[in-house]
Amino acid sequence: MELTDYKNIFVFAEQRNGVIQNVAFELLGKARDLADTTGEKVVAMLLGEKIADKAQTLIERGADEVIVVDTPILKDYLTEQYAQAIYHIIMERKPSIVLYGATTIGRDLAPRLACKLHTGLVADCTKLTIEDTEDGRKEFRSTRPAFGGNLMATIVCPNTRPQMSTVRAGVMQKREAEVGRKGTITPMTIPFDESRFKVRIVKTETYDKKTLDITDAKILVSGGRGVHDAEGFKKLQGLADVMGGMVSSSRAMVDNGVMDHAYQVGQTGKTVRPQLYMACGISGAIQHLAGMEESGYIVAINKDKFAPIFNVADLGIVGDLHKIVPMLTERIKKEMDK
Amino acid sequence: MNIIVCIKQVPDTTTVKIDPVKGTLIREGVPSIMNPDDKGGLELALQFKEKYGATVTVVTMGPPQADTILREAFAMGADRAILLSDRRFAGADTLATSYALAGCIKTLDYDLIIAGRQAIDGDTAQVGPEMAEHLGLPQISYVIGAEKTAKGFLVKKELEDGVQTLEVEGACLLTVLASAYQPRYMTVSGIIEAYNREVEVWSADKIDVEETKLGLKGSPTKVFKSFPKALKPAGETFEVSEEEAVELIISKLKEKHII
Repeated sequence: MELTDYKNIFVFAEQRNGVIQNVAFELLGKARDLADTTGEKVVAMLLGEKIADKAQTLIERGADEVIVVDTPILKDYLTEQYAQAIYHIIMERKPSIVLYGATTIGRDLAPRLACKLHTGLVADCTKLTIEDTEDGRKEFRSTRPAFGGNLMATIVCPNTRPQMSTVRAGVMQKREAEVGRKGTITPMTIPFDESRFKVRIVKTETYDKKTLDITDAKILVSGGRGVHDAEGFKKLQGLADVMGGMVSSSRAMVDNGVMDHAYQVGQTGKTVRPQLYMACGISGAIQHLAGMEESGYIVAINKDKFAPIFNVADLGIVGDLHKIVPMLTERIKKEMDK
Repeated sequence: MNIIVCIKQVPDTTTVKIDPVKGTLIREGVPSIMNPDDKGGLELALQFKEKYGATVTVVTMGPPQADTILREAFAMGADRAILLSDRRFAGADTLATSYALAGCIKTLDYDLIIAGRQAIDGDTAQVGPEMAEHLGLPQISYVIGAEKTAKGFLVKKELEDGVQTLEVEGACLLTVLASAYQPRYMTVSGIIEAYNREVEVWSADKIDVEETKLGLKGSPTKVFKSFPKALKPAGETFEVSEEEAVELIISKLKEKHII
């Protein structure tokens, strides 16, 4: 394998039901930054049925080129079908780096391809960089949590190409859409080996939002005694809704019957690690902290400035949640509409 | 039906503590356990054995002390246990690991291969799909339900926001979620018997592999460095007007790319 034959950064543009997933835009944002340091191109791979019209949105988010494979075979994700298509693209175009979202799709597809291509894959990365080595090369480095999140590891893939990584949704930042940005759209046809299609979708059921598990939520707006009652939780729900998050609760509000046990965070409830945990009117008993202190970013709003929750919060606000939460909801709504 | 279950011995990462002064991992006293998703996979295999009749073979790759989890598998109801143990396997990343396991499985008869979705020490979820590719088998990952059909299997897969039902024709590899399969307890007679049964210890010579693709040599990824997670600096608390508080929160959430 001649490493210098491999160029450019490719991104798997994951779509579901024809909707390009946010993680694809986030990967494009990162790929753009990396490509600008090496002078390479960013190429998105868009697979699906009747999705060609979505290619321009990928260009607006940072792609220089979009390879489109538009066929009924790729309408819904299936491992073998998608692996054959991406394998064909990679063999034909020889990218240096390929990025995938660390979703149930990306984490199913990428290792299959790593094996087909006999190359390295780094899962669930939180940081991707291209750095200069001592012997004057540019090296792609992927950093990820290991050992249950207790340790970080930086992994390289020195001798094989492409170098591949998956990244969780919400970790990288997408660029603002640059309307009218120019790029190339390249349709491609794949010579599928249909004899290897052994799996078929019988049905796909989507959960009712309310039955979702709080441990899966990326954003939790959590309420304690200071929320008072169900009316108070409606304010929290409003804030959770505008951010695409869920509401959770301290033990106090479960014991008094305001919230169901399924939503309880803490030692006798659930352990959560959302990207954002907003503790509203929660004092922060040690049993509660045990269930949420690993959250990515913690905001606490409490009237009592001596509340222990402020010791684990990244941002603490001493104030009345009943005033601040509705104001914040309105303000974020405006921000999201931008 | 012949079912092969791949299991791994892992440190119980939930009990790992960080040295508060040095910021390093304290590994002493951390118990070794059967990886939870793998144990769920073994439970699925044992349910199949009860329902349809099957021979369940457990396979692990690891040092001699990994024998413990194979005996645990015996005590739960497994029929045969193979320990792949050889210095030549050492230093393997996911690709080299999956290659060795697949090389072992190639020498066995199978109708179904089950693995855990991911191991709690690495959390990569790569070994299952990579084994399936080495073996040329279809795979279904994130499995929360499975039954046998006339032609193959009917499988439920967990997605981020729902459940997908898939039908697979012929032999396949499933990766299983621990949350869907509460593992059974070992029986007392099973535990006693487990220590009298034979765990087959296989070296690289006994499996279908090329030596250059094993262990550190066969691993495309290398660890450049590892370091403890940065300790969280204390946050700031503000006593300001409500308007200022809202703006403060907004600017921080933007800075963290949350909104």
